[in-house]
Amino acid sequence: MALTGIQIFKLLPKTNCGECGVPTCLAFAMNLAAGKAELTRCPHVTAEASAELAEASAPPIRPLTIGTGDRAVKVGGETVLFRHEKRFENPTALAMLISDTIADSELAAKLERAKNLIYERVGLTLRPELLALKCQSGDAAKFAALVDKVARGSDFSLILMSDNPDVLAAGLKACADRRPLLYAATPENADKVAALAKEAGCPVAAKAPGIEELGNLTEKLTQAGIKDIVIDSSSRKVKDVFADQVHIRMSALVKKFRPLGFPTIVFACEMADNPMKEALVAALAVAKYGAIVVLSDFQGESLFPLLVARMNLFTDPQRPLATTEGIYEIGNPNENSPVLLTSNFSLTYFLVSGEIENSKVPSYLLVKDTEGLSVMTAWAAGKFVADAIAPFVKKSGIADKVKHRKLIIPGYIASESGGLEEELADWQVQVGPREGAHIPAYLKAWKDA
Amino acid sequence: MAFEVPKNTYNGKIREITLGSGPSALKIGGETSYPLYIFEGAVPNKVKIAMEVWDTKPDDWPEAALEPFADVIADPVAWAKKCVDAYGAEAICLQLVSTDPNGANRGADEAAALVKKVADAISVPLIVWGTANHDKDTEVLRKVAEVCQGKTLAIGPVEEGDHKKIGAAAIGYNHTVVASTPIDINLAKQLNILLGNLGVSDDRIVMDPTVSSLGYGIEYCYSVMERVRQAALTQNDERLQFPFICNISREVWKTKEAKQPTAEAPELGDAARRGILMEAISATLLLVAGADLIIMRHPEAIKLVREVVNDLTG
Repeated sequence: MALTGIQIFKLLPKTNCGECGVPTCLAFAMNLAAGKAELTRCPHVTAEASAELAEASAPPIRPLTIGTGDRAVKVGGETVLFRHEKRFENPTALAMLISDTIADSELAAKLERAKNLIYERVGLTLRPELLALKCQSGDAAKFAALVDKVARGSDFSLILMSDNPDVLAAGLKACADRRPLLYAATPENADKVAALAKEAGCPVAAKAPGIEELGNLTEKLTQAGIKDIVIDSSSRKVKDVFADQVHIRMSALVKKFRPLGFPTIVFACEMADNPMKEALVAALAVAKYGAIVVLSDFQGESLFPLLVARMNLFTDPQRPLATTEGIYEIGNPNENSPVLLTSNFSLTYFLVSGEIENSKVPSYLLVKDTEGLSVMTAWAAGKFVADAIAPFVKKSGIADKVKHRKLIIPGYIASESGGLEEELADWQVQVGPREGAHIPAYLKAWKDA
Repeated sequence: MAFEVPKNTYNGKIREITLGSGPSALKIGGETSYPLYIFEGAVPNKVKIAMEVWDTKPDDWPEAALEPFADVIADPVAWAKKCVDAYGAEAICLQLVSTDPNGANRGADEAAALVKKVADAISVPLIVWGTANHDKDTEVLRKVAEVCQGKTLAIGPVEEGDHKKIGAAAIGYNHTVVASTPIDINLAKQLNILLGNLGVSDDRIVMDPTVSSLGYGIEYCYSVMERVRQAALTQNDERLQFPFICNISREVWKTKEAKQPTAEAPELGDAARRGILMEAISATLLLVAGADLIIMRHPEAIKLVREVVNDLTG
């Protein structure tokens, strides 16, 4: 439970020395409670008080990292129930299940496909992060062989899956330096798996039937000194998983209930009987609070929409996504193609570029950096006016790409056309449509001469 | 471990609105908790799905979307009947694409005559969607309202700029109004107030928050819908307690990624399944955000979303 200013004050030296930068310990305590100060600013606080305060100020849902290096993935650390309240922190990590009964050729194909499923969108790289390796054979050696092959053949972060601590130990040995997630500690094997995780310094998943027993299990693991825990309530029915996800998130955030203050794992692969339905279940989990979602396979047609859904929901609502400033060539334009101008709010860019594509008229799209603001907002803020646009058009290099000198500006900034023609002496400014939907008709009628 | 499942406390309720009339009338809304939170409150009506029918043969649909309707694509009446008979549509949304002044610009009389024919041919509720051009929609939807008196249509989009004339026609001929605002909670509330002032009955309003596709801004409507539901349910804001209707399919299927053939973008996987999933996943997110009725296109996508709705609230 987060402490109040008064509770924090009681733990401080109460000397009012002022070395922390504020005149009194009470004022400092209030700042700490409000998250406006760091405890390290107080040179005289006791180690004991410091530990107690650190515990109380820890994030309500434990942030942790699975894997190492480039594809390491951070999960947890969430602080809100609704994205508009602040933002969702760490995008749901997507995993593909691989069983140790898989044939070698199939494994190679899966790893190759997983590696190639990477998408670029608004300057972001979208890709999945995890492979969930499951011991289905019951044979520790066979499992270790799979882990070894995957660890050497792929840079994905790993989840090792077995109820048997000996099997997990064998798998762990084959990828000890990769910081895999051990799945799972259960009420039956908790001691052994906890020892394993502690020794290797790996995060561990706790799995128990229902969220109450799950809380008991995480307390046990915590007492064993394990901090990085991922939780699975064992439900596999869509309705129950949905309810559990909501209850776990609310317990952690609203009630500050520590035993459930951990990122969750959802097995979409065990919740649907076909890959299409599975994708929808995964989307539900991305929206409602799943920190890791395990899929039965990665295929472009389902992975791409899921990655985009994830990007959309985990975007910071306070900071709109922006596209990079520059010249975008759509449909192989040539020196006679039309030149359109728009702002760099990513939605504006997507809409405008999409409509240009729909028109089938090859065109250049000049995207001006407006700090992620839409056309109207940027114009109102003085970031999309003649004075700002003209220098951008000049230095963009578009004049070297086209023979004509006609610039199509959004209909909403028609009032800038006069100013622009003054600033861009050799250009003729044409006022385009106000709405993106009218671009195709406009471009089809457009002539360079 | 002393543990008690935490619960939200609610003091408001979404209105239950009846679309259509007679034995096939459809009830939407009525929930007393956050979307799909059946563990916290009553969700008396499952989320419904209306199938869209265009008033003219579409020329920009990808193959996957056309295929199920290939035999009826040029005949809106047959198309609507197929949706009901073959795919079990619970409602039909007739999109009056051809009335767009920037397109075919079909006249009001002709459009209204077609709406009447479709309404007469089906037994399920009919939603009629204009082009969001105020002048043209006023002309067309007023005529539609008149010609279809007694059909209890839902007509929209009714926006602040045309709400008086279309709203008056809806009152006069007893239709439901689709109150449409551009992704903004305050504007949504304002329009509902204006419609109330005009005399539109509170059981004749549904809200269109303006939705966009996955990858094209769905997060904006997602959050506005969540905020509307918070205000409606936890702050008892009466002017926001109307069900949501989401016209999503046309937004999804016009995107580049829903249209690109497999050969052109192999990394995006099978084109048909990708399009279906983009529609179904967009709809799934809208479900979570609070949609009460979703307008969809592809029978496979509809089947998937129905399954999820049944799983969650069945």
